[in-house]
Amino acid sequence: MTILTFTGVVAIMAFAAGLLGSLTGLGGGVVLVPLLTIFFHVDIRYAIGASLVSVIATSSGAAAAYVREGISNIRIGMFLEIATTTGALLGAYLATSVPTKVIAIVFGGVLLYSAYISRRPRPPELRNLPPDPLATRLKLNGSFPDLEGRRTYNVQHVPAGFSLMFGAGALSGLLGIGSGAVKVLAMDQAMRIPFKVSTTTSNFMIGVTAAASAGVYLSRGYIDPGLSMPVMLGVLMGSLLGTHILLKAETKLLRMIFAVVILALGLEMLYKGIWGNI
Amino acid sequence: MNAASESPNSSRSSASGSRWGDYQIEVVVGHLLRYGVMLSAAIVFLGACIYISRHAHEPANYHIFRGEPSEFRTVPGVIQSVHNGRGRGWIQLGLLLLIATPIARVAFCIVGFAFERDRMYVVFTVIVLGVLLYSVIGSGLAF
Repeated sequence: MTILTFTGVVAIMAFAAGLLGSLTGLGGGVVLVPLLTIFFHVDIRYAIGASLVSVIATSSGAAAAYVREGISNIRIGMFLEIATTTGALLGAYLATSVPTKVIAIVFGGVLLYSAYISRRPRPPELRNLPPDPLATRLKLNGSFPDLEGRRTYNVQHVPAGFSLMFGAGALSGLLGIGSGAVKVLAMDQAMRIPFKVSTTTSNFMIGVTAAASAGVYLSRGYIDPGLSMPVMLGVLMGSLLGTHILLKAETKLLRMIFAVVILALGLEMLYKGIWGNI
Repeated sequence: MNAASESPNSSRSSASGSRWGDYQIEVVVGHLLRYGVMLSAAIVFLGACIYISRHAHEPANYHIFRGEPSEFRTVPGVIQSVHNGRGRGWIQLGLLLLIATPIARVAFCIVGFAFERDRMYVVFTVIVLGVLLYSVIGSGLAF
């Protein structure tokens, strides 16, 4: 394949991944690495480098839109970024030292988990929880505009959430993804942050988390300009378009299709990691 | 504790209803991020045009990992490469700018929290900035 065709095909694929990821809320980065390695035979290290760059672009590109709504909580974000950035730094150094087979197997596991979590019904939000002393000390509690006016919330289980976020950061650094699935676990399940707040705050944090591992990736030669260029531009355009389209009716079907794609890619990555050559 | 009473700047804003100080920080930060991304995407696109026009018909090969040459791995290398008019140098410059935008965001938050006289969050933000700078400097990217 010549550079011209390769760039064009990768850009279209990245555009589709960014668009679908944004429409379904599942994130486009998670499918990029398996698509590049399985269909384009790109070495997984180049693939995770390019994917990480696109993750920073989408997170920062969408930030302005979220901020206008006044939903995200900058203190929760900054506090948890202590955990995600240190995790990401550790993950990036791990990525440079563990065999690529291990990266592929972990990646497969994360894909299967993401597919599972996207199909599972979201547990009901618990309201009017009592304030947690630690969360109060850390000034994490807040409020946001809701249908019935301003709704306040009290953050729970700070140590558990902080530890899970460290894990999310480490996965992000190891695999070059935003690791949204783990963040849902930490912020929705453990810390009981309302869904609207956790989604926007987590999107805000992804760029900073990815920047912590990007320095390591770049200096180790994982970020190839010829590959990162179509991936970054494609995903950015796709996700920006996705935030401007409102597909209320089709979202459910889209999510299901996307979950099946993620599941299939996860199985293929596991197979490649265990028996194949990667 | 009520969220609105935390910061000294708790006068109410029409857009968010409370947290005037935090909301102000977030708005500026949001714009900073968006312009940073737009500028870096423009530079990457410029580099792409130069790169494609020169190498369109060469084979693309990413099957074997060789690691990037030092001109695409360090800040001085990238700047030298841009000086030499290389398309991939421009792309890498755009990507460096992209990585720098969230770091600038964190640096700006230190100023914002300092204005709110929130010492605890100034410390938290300095820790995050420290980890980011360690990643850039400790990995040898800056030299």
